[in-house]
Amino acid sequence: MTLGRGAGAILVALWIVAGIFAPFLSPNPPTMQFELPYAPPMRPHVIDADGGLHAPFVYPVRIGNLLERRYEIDRSRRVPLSWLRDGRLATTTDPAAPLLILGADAIGRDVFARLLHGARASLGVALVACLLSLVAGTLIGAAAGYAGGLVDEAFMGVADFLIILPTIYVVLALRAVMPLVLEPWQVFWLLTILLGAVGWPFVARPVRAIVAVESRREYVEAARATGAGPVRIVVRHLAPAAASAIATQVTLLLPAFVLAEATLSFVGLGFVDPTPSWGSMLMDAGRNVRALADFPWLLAPAGALIIFVLGLHVAAAEAGQIRSTLGRGRYHVTD
Amino acid sequence: MARTLIRRVFRRLGFATLLVLLVSSSALVLARLAPGDTTDAFDARTPEQIAEDRRRLGLDLPLHEVYGQWLARLIRLDLGTSLKYQRPVSELVGERSANTALLASTALALATVVGLPLGVFTASRRRGLIPPLVRAGSVAALSAPPLLTSLALVLLAARTGWLPIGGIGTVWHLVIPALALALPAMGTLERLQAGALSETLHERFMVAAVARGVPDRSLLWRHAFRASLAPVLGVYAIIVASLFSGSFAVEIVTSWPGLGRLMFDALIARDIHLVAGCAVAGSCFLAAGSLAADAALAWADPRTGEAS
Repeated sequence: MTLGRGAGAILVALWIVAGIFAPFLSPNPPTMQFELPYAPPMRPHVIDADGGLHAPFVYPVRIGNLLERRYEIDRSRRVPLSWLRDGRLATTTDPAAPLLILGADAIGRDVFARLLHGARASLGVALVACLLSLVAGTLIGAAAGYAGGLVDEAFMGVADFLIILPTIYVVLALRAVMPLVLEPWQVFWLLTILLGAVGWPFVARPVRAIVAVESRREYVEAARATGAGPVRIVVRHLAPAAASAIATQVTLLLPAFVLAEATLSFVGLGFVDPTPSWGSMLMDAGRNVRALADFPWLLAPAGALIIFVLGLHVAAAEAGQIRSTLGRGRYHVTD
Repeated sequence: MARTLIRRVFRRLGFATLLVLLVSSSALVLARLAPGDTTDAFDARTPEQIAEDRRRLGLDLPLHEVYGQWLARLIRLDLGTSLKYQRPVSELVGERSANTALLASTALALATVVGLPLGVFTASRRRGLIPPLVRAGSVAALSAPPLLTSLALVLLAARTGWLPIGGIGTVWHLVIPALALALPAMGTLERLQAGALSETLHERFMVAAVARGVPDRSLLWRHAFRASLAPVLGVYAIIVASLFSGSFAVEIVTSWPGLGRLMFDALIARDIHLVAGCAVAGSCFLAAGSLAADAALAWADPRTGEAS
């Protein structure tokens, strides 16, 4: 399974890299509209129709049937790719013949460029929200487990309550009661904070359980005897003990957050067009289901989501681990 | 024994009531605190008419009075009137809850009927090509979010024309949403069942059963399967909750007129009574799911009740 695990981690890392370097990797700006609505995906060629070898180039497409939006490839003209121009890895200088690796959407925007920039928004929200949950969950869980008593009961009561509620409805309700129209950066921080607010109990629960057990062990007693304060004990001795449990929770939270962003944006409460995110792209694609049948590349963000989530699941591991975390998540909640 | 059982049941019921009350109260308060109200959607008119509308609908009252009135009605099981639809909330919520319940229970049945036997199969048969395939399929299925599976199935249906897309009506309309919702649960159940069974197969009572000469088939199904059900049933509450969560995306994508969609519309329209009504129904679902899962757990593993 190590091979599969490595492959999963690589898939996840690739998407994060794609998001970070989105402006460099995408051939066109994500909001630029070409006069090529629903243009099909095209690939760079090195061999032309007559078998001649060239530097990488694309064949331009032109509309064949306006009514059905059928395009045909114009093999008479080669448009060479320019490398490292305007801070882009590969692009064309001819606005009538752009490089559209994953085709164009309904208003002629580069789906590939939007997908990469969408990774920024979608994964950015998820990663920052994960970090928030992680920090808050670890702090609260450690405090509850170490202090015990009333503090423990108060924090864990809130945590249990949040855990049994269906996360998506909580986030949906909290988001819906905010002003409905917001700037993209406001959306980013709002979603991040909302997801962090519902995510921390999933980290706090296992951390509390581990800290509660570990803090009664001899090595902690020894640390205390040598004069270590509670902060030092928690940070240096107890947090490392909880590290693997925390890591497992993160691999479960991350895909859930990415999907939450997609769902919220899909219903119009997250990022909205023209800001690209995987959810807003899906919403745009989902407007016309019949069109999807003819232009399936509009579902590219769905593919990206599946690859990312699957990669994380594979990286996170075998069923055993998934089971134990699922079980730990809510098994004892209501008792 | 009976005494602890009764205490346990009462504690569970008390918890369920608290859950419903807490969730619906916070929903009402949140919806009331949101900027804007239902009259925003009414046709633009003079400020006097808007003020009159707000007075008529009770929107000018302070929060504590709105909440007090709502609570007083809730005790009489009256959920009020939807401001948007101008219909009793209980009627609307009842119709839509039935649709969601139909969707979720079909998905749950599907996931159980396919997932558990597959899990037993992969755990009891280690050789051959099929078990690893099933395992890989399960991991894929449990990472398939209903939002995407339903979109993919809708796309497939649009291309082939095999199934109707969107809405509700015949049993065929149920296929896409139920399948999209069932897939992740199916994968989860298969993996859990396989894991639990392979652990059970190494228990001492299994060795004892083998020593007594119990035949293989009965060994697997009568001894190991039932014992391995306990950890699996333990996550049924989570599965029910996840079906409930997942049904939101499915309802939106496939235009299934369920509770999730109603709640979403109510939130956007600032229809506070309807929001609270949906929260009541939703939290009742959750509580019922967790109670049912508990009962099933107590049946599969009689030790559960004694422990607490």
